[in-house]
Amino acid sequence: MKPFLFAVAGLLSLAGVAQASTLDDVKARGALNCGVTQGLPGFSNPNDKNEWSGLDVDFCRAVAAAIFNDSSKVKFTPLSAKDRFTALTSGAIDVLSRNTTWTMSRDTTLGFNFAGVMYYDGQGFMVRKSVGVKSAKELASASICVQTGTTHELNVSDYFKANHIALGEVIAFATIDEAVKAYESGRCDVFTSDKSQLAAVRLKLTNPVDHMILPETISKEPLGPLVRHGDDQWFDLVKWTYFALLDAEELGVTGKNVEEMVNSPNPEVKRLLGSDGKYGEALGLTPDWVVRIIKAVGNYGEIYDRNVGPETPLGIERGLNNLWNNGGIQYGMPVR
Amino acid sequence: MAALSHSFVAKDLLAAEPAPAAEHGPIGWARHHLFGSVPQVLLTLFGAWLLYATIPPLVRFFITDAVWTGDSRAACVPASPDQVVGACWPFIAAKFNQLVYGFYPEAERWRVNLAYLLGAVLLVPLLIPALPGKRLNALLFFGAYPVVAFVLLTGGNLDLRHSLLGYLGLSAPFDALGQAFGVRAAFWADYVLSAVVVAAVAALIARMVAGAGAEKGAAKTALTVFAALGLVLLAVDIDFGLPSVETRLWGGLLVTLVIAVTGITVSLPFGILLALGRRSELPLVKISSILFIEFWRGVPLITVLFFATYMLPLFLPGRLTIDGLLRALVGVALFASAYMAEVVRGGLQAIPKGQYEGAMALGLNSGLMMRLVVLPQALKLVIPGIVNTFIGLFKDTTLVLIVSIFDFLGSLRAAFTDPNWATPTTLFTGFGFAGLVYFLFCFGMSRYSMALEKRLDVGRRH
Repeated sequence: MKPFLFAVAGLLSLAGVAQASTLDDVKARGALNCGVTQGLPGFSNPNDKNEWSGLDVDFCRAVAAAIFNDSSKVKFTPLSAKDRFTALTSGAIDVLSRNTTWTMSRDTTLGFNFAGVMYYDGQGFMVRKSVGVKSAKELASASICVQTGTTHELNVSDYFKANHIALGEVIAFATIDEAVKAYESGRCDVFTSDKSQLAAVRLKLTNPVDHMILPETISKEPLGPLVRHGDDQWFDLVKWTYFALLDAEELGVTGKNVEEMVNSPNPEVKRLLGSDGKYGEALGLTPDWVVRIIKAVGNYGEIYDRNVGPETPLGIERGLNNLWNNGGIQYGMPVR
Repeated sequence: MAALSHSFVAKDLLAAEPAPAAEHGPIGWARHHLFGSVPQVLLTLFGAWLLYATIPPLVRFFITDAVWTGDSRAACVPASPDQVVGACWPFIAAKFNQLVYGFYPEAERWRVNLAYLLGAVLLVPLLIPALPGKRLNALLFFGAYPVVAFVLLTGGNLDLRHSLLGYLGLSAPFDALGQAFGVRAAFWADYVLSAVVVAAVAALIARMVAGAGAEKGAAKTALTVFAALGLVLLAVDIDFGLPSVETRLWGGLLVTLVIAVTGITVSLPFGILLALGRRSELPLVKISSILFIEFWRGVPLITVLFFATYMLPLFLPGRLTIDGLLRALVGVALFASAYMAEVVRGGLQAIPKGQYEGAMALGLNSGLMMRLVVLPQALKLVIPGIVNTFIGLFKDTTLVLIVSIFDFLGSLRAAFTDPNWATPTTLFTGFGFAGLVYFLFCFGMSRYSMALEKRLDVGRRH
């Protein structure tokens, strides 16, 4: 009966991942395994063409383009918040690009390395425009709708205390939908959540233009891709894919002009695009790895604008996510 | 007796007068059924108000005020605050493929369509009692179709490479034979060898237990089982040139139907076996059946799915993992079987003792007694219960969303997150559409079961 047992074993797919080198495994498999959300507007959501799209999704496509010169060689695994870390630890995915906040415990005890911050998010406030409030400082005694079981409640009371503002009634709801409904029906003056979430929620309100998101950001939610401990080469590759996206934007390399920029006299551009030096080979890739990335998905600014930027339905201003020389804190390390 | 000749005797019967207007026709019907008594009048008025309060808004939202064309959320967002916008149907149109196929690659969708079509072609004649060839039809649907559908949907070409010979270091000569049709010679040589060995052992045991003469039957049975299994394995092993499509790309209605159909077709036979097992007089069979049924009925399906998805890998050796969809399928099938077993047991209990005694008096053994006398009556009795379980199972398939499998509802929820379609009415449109789809399937099953009951005359038996 042994063959029978083996036949059964054959029906079970082997997800064996040798620990030696993630890059070799990815190359042998012919595709990158990337963990994303089960649907989060602008970050990872299925589009009309039945493909995953979004900021987090494009990062994985960039990694795939660097390795395979083909941004479609990614297998996306939608993961819930609960099982995302298990999936990364067990080797079911190679990189987790799932709107995950970079925290110390995740970086250390959970055994992961964060490759960078694709999106600086933070908690903000949404109010009706008719109220006439321009800043969170003017929210004294306002009633606030919030989702329970999150750090949002705590952040709000901390912020109000620190700024000596009288905190009004905080009404907590079990789910985000209930909290939004309560806000819309006028039960509270303010709805608070992460700013990216506020932008998504606003689209579903009856008259989105009647509501505005206040400029203050009261918490730090740096969201970025992460890999597991134990493979520094792979960590470098993912990390430098992120830096390359930023450097390309800083140097004006876009998806449209990347072919011409290869011949640019600028030494920084030459090093980035591999026409001078062989920096890509240190990552186990070819020298033109950045050309492949930018051709496939564009630079960081293009990715941002395409998925969450002011021209998209979400319409989120760059803010903190601007480049360092443009008022933000996105800063790509130099290639040299 | 002249007086008699003057007496009047009507020769013709009077023509029947029509009943008073208040007793027949629409007015009479209304008087009897809608306004017969004070409570009835109140109920009628309440019902009318309920219809008035629900139907017109629904019609307005889903039809009159609905948006029918457009290619992004702009079409479904009110241009001015006063404009009322209803359902956003372009959203469903844009996401339709996703709701039906999930992320199944576009170039390979014909395979899904073919699987749907084959299933329908085989299932419909099976459901129509008047058509002949039920035995062949059932064999094709329950035997061949799952294998064909499996090959079509996954691409088949499983890598059956492990073999006993390999462990003994004898696979080299077969490896030299190479791969014909994408099939490994070593595996199949091993398979044939195993079949022969097992048949020989079976024959030996049969001879020792049942005496000379029994070995032929035992060997034949063993070989038949191996041959049937071999055919299945061969079908999934041959390389038909279909690109492999992983189950994680499956989604939408495809996943819902795969889970529901598997659950339904597995749960009925298993449920019957378990029900018979629970009433068995063999203590071991009885206890294991009871344990199985009570265990699976005692835990929520969500727990089962969670366990199968997140706990099972911890117990499996090394990095061996079972396909996520397969795990959910097994979980749902076991769960549904336990429920089915109790439904069938209810039917078995309703069969009078006389039926058993009559069957025994005819000299039937217990197998024939069950097959010819008890089960046909018992199953007929519990058709409503069986279909009830099927319908419940169909709707329970949505629970697989919590283990990251995007069934119909899961795909819909994922579609909601597309910012290009985020509007105030997207959610209601999507759920309205989903409700309609689930209703059509469940109502279809329900009507079929009623037709079946009528044909089998269940109602009139008691």
